[in-house]
Amino acid sequence: MNSSVPLLEVRNLSRYFGAVKALDDCSMAVYPGEVVALAGDNGAGKTTMIKAISGVYRPTSGDILIEGKPVSFSSPENAREQGIETIYQDLALADNLSIGANIFLGREPMKKFFGFLPVLDRKAMAKAAEETMALLDFHVKRLDAPVSNFSGGQRQAVAIGRAVYWNAKILVMDEPTAALGVPEQRKVVSLIKSLKAQGKGVVFISHNLQDIFAVSDRIVVLRRGVVAGSRNIADTNHDDIVKLMVGG
Amino acid sequence: MVEDVTHPHRQVHVAPQADHADVRKTLVQQIAQMRAWLFLAALLIFFEIWARADFGGSFVGSSFNWRSVAIFAVAPLLLAVGQTFVIISGGIDLSAGFVMGLAAVVAAHAINLLGVHMPLPLAMVLGIVIAVAAAGVPGAINGLLISRLKVPPFIGTLGMFGVARGAAFLLAGGTTVPVKNSTFAELGNGQIFGVPYLVLVTVVLVLIMHYLLSQTRFGQHNYAIGANAQAARRAGINIKSHLTRLYVLSALCAGLGGALYAARFTAGAAQAGEPLLLDSVAAVVIGGASLFGGSGTIIGTIAGALVIAVIQYGLVFMNVEPFWQFIAVGVVIIISVLIDQLQRRFSGAKQDE
Repeated sequence: MNSSVPLLEVRNLSRYFGAVKALDDCSMAVYPGEVVALAGDNGAGKTTMIKAISGVYRPTSGDILIEGKPVSFSSPENAREQGIETIYQDLALADNLSIGANIFLGREPMKKFFGFLPVLDRKAMAKAAEETMALLDFHVKRLDAPVSNFSGGQRQAVAIGRAVYWNAKILVMDEPTAALGVPEQRKVVSLIKSLKAQGKGVVFISHNLQDIFAVSDRIVVLRRGVVAGSRNIADTNHDDIVKLMVGG
Repeated sequence: MVEDVTHPHRQVHVAPQADHADVRKTLVQQIAQMRAWLFLAALLIFFEIWARADFGGSFVGSSFNWRSVAIFAVAPLLLAVGQTFVIISGGIDLSAGFVMGLAAVVAAHAINLLGVHMPLPLAMVLGIVIAVAAAGVPGAINGLLISRLKVPPFIGTLGMFGVARGAAFLLAGGTTVPVKNSTFAELGNGQIFGVPYLVLVTVVLVLIMHYLLSQTRFGQHNYAIGANAQAARRAGINIKSHLTRLYVLSALCAGLGGALYAARFTAGAAQAGEPLLLDSVAAVVIGGASLFGGSGTIIGTIAGALVIAVIQYGLVFMNVEPFWQFIAVGVVIIISVLIDQLQRRFSGAKQDE
């Protein structure tokens, strides 16, 4: 993997809503195995940025490149096909289904029963679920249990596992640690690290500076729709980031 | 913002995650899952004791009793298997009862008209096909209202309840339509090896519906939509077409129910399904489905329908006033839902962290 080419690059991206410049000439890049945190106050443009990356909004101007090639997304499904998976806060899991069934939701594998009757291949789903979750250091004994039996962090792991299984190159995560208890937040942090170890690119929004410093390689700070600054984690600290956020 | 007590720059080490899906299934949960079968067992024991005490015979040991219970169960079960799918998706089909009545009237007219021009068995088969297809029309309208026009299922199917009711009575001319077709009468009242044809046809339909719900993508998507429609949509499932097909499916089941009703009574009646609608919903709920969607099985619905049929037939058998069966079924529904609530509370408490 040539790490001089970013997995994902955003060049001079703008998105206007009427006269409101939600994003104005913003640029950022994510390299393989890199975790980039998007920080910023409310209304700074973080959500607009990830919605543009994940295909929800079309940019007013500017380019998005995946592995150096310009792309455009007609829909979130289209962005997903091109390797960008977005994990929203609500995780989009069907709580009554197993991990395997959630991973394969909408594209379930089938097999032939007695050579003619097509039936769901639950064994294949369970096996894929076990292997995928093992990649995330999450070992499941009861693969037939519905995901409602799992804790918040584990459900996050299922949502991430689904993205990993379908070969997402870039994972976009909206507040992955919000609404979780402290031990659960740490699990999510370790999940993000395991994605990094697999060479995925991760973009995540968080309000929690602790989490940002625990896991990210770079922090991009947005303020009122523009990039206020971009810092490597080794060269910065909390105060520096807070100053960038509030414009001190 | 949640404050973390750890130092920000320190690497956070996390132990491999424990498996909390290994939830200890409490006794309550196991009972809750099998509640319909437990109800059934309790009822059978009750009627057995009563039969032995009253006249020294057996309730369970009589094949006549079983045949009667099966006949009682057939009509609500035909509605209930379609209703199971709809309820799992988070909806409800209130129109099923009168769609059944409409189909019964259409079957009667069609078989009479066709019988003039062709052999009776052929007229019967074509007539049933026409009746089931006619039932599909209100089903498709329900589906379009709910999926495309975002009408809530309760209201959309309530409207269709009225439309189908009126259409059925108009077609029937306000009365019942007798059928003159001996093959059709044989279908409704004959049996093979002691098993009524009606029961055989129902068993086949139930098996198909069980397969559809438990083994196909359609069934899997149905559960997903009932639990989290947004998640299903994001997973690329076409919810609109799924819902349309779902209500057509429910109506087709009701249509077959109507045709078989006409066979059993050799007459089509617009009010054929009127008392069966709520029985069908009750069977689904007693069978373990939640009206909030996302759970339920065909196996459970079969048990639910049998519970209702055993109550209805058993009370006739005991020779008590028929009005007691309403009370008995009502009590079973309430107990069933209470057990479900209890189980939810227990399993909720088990979700630690």
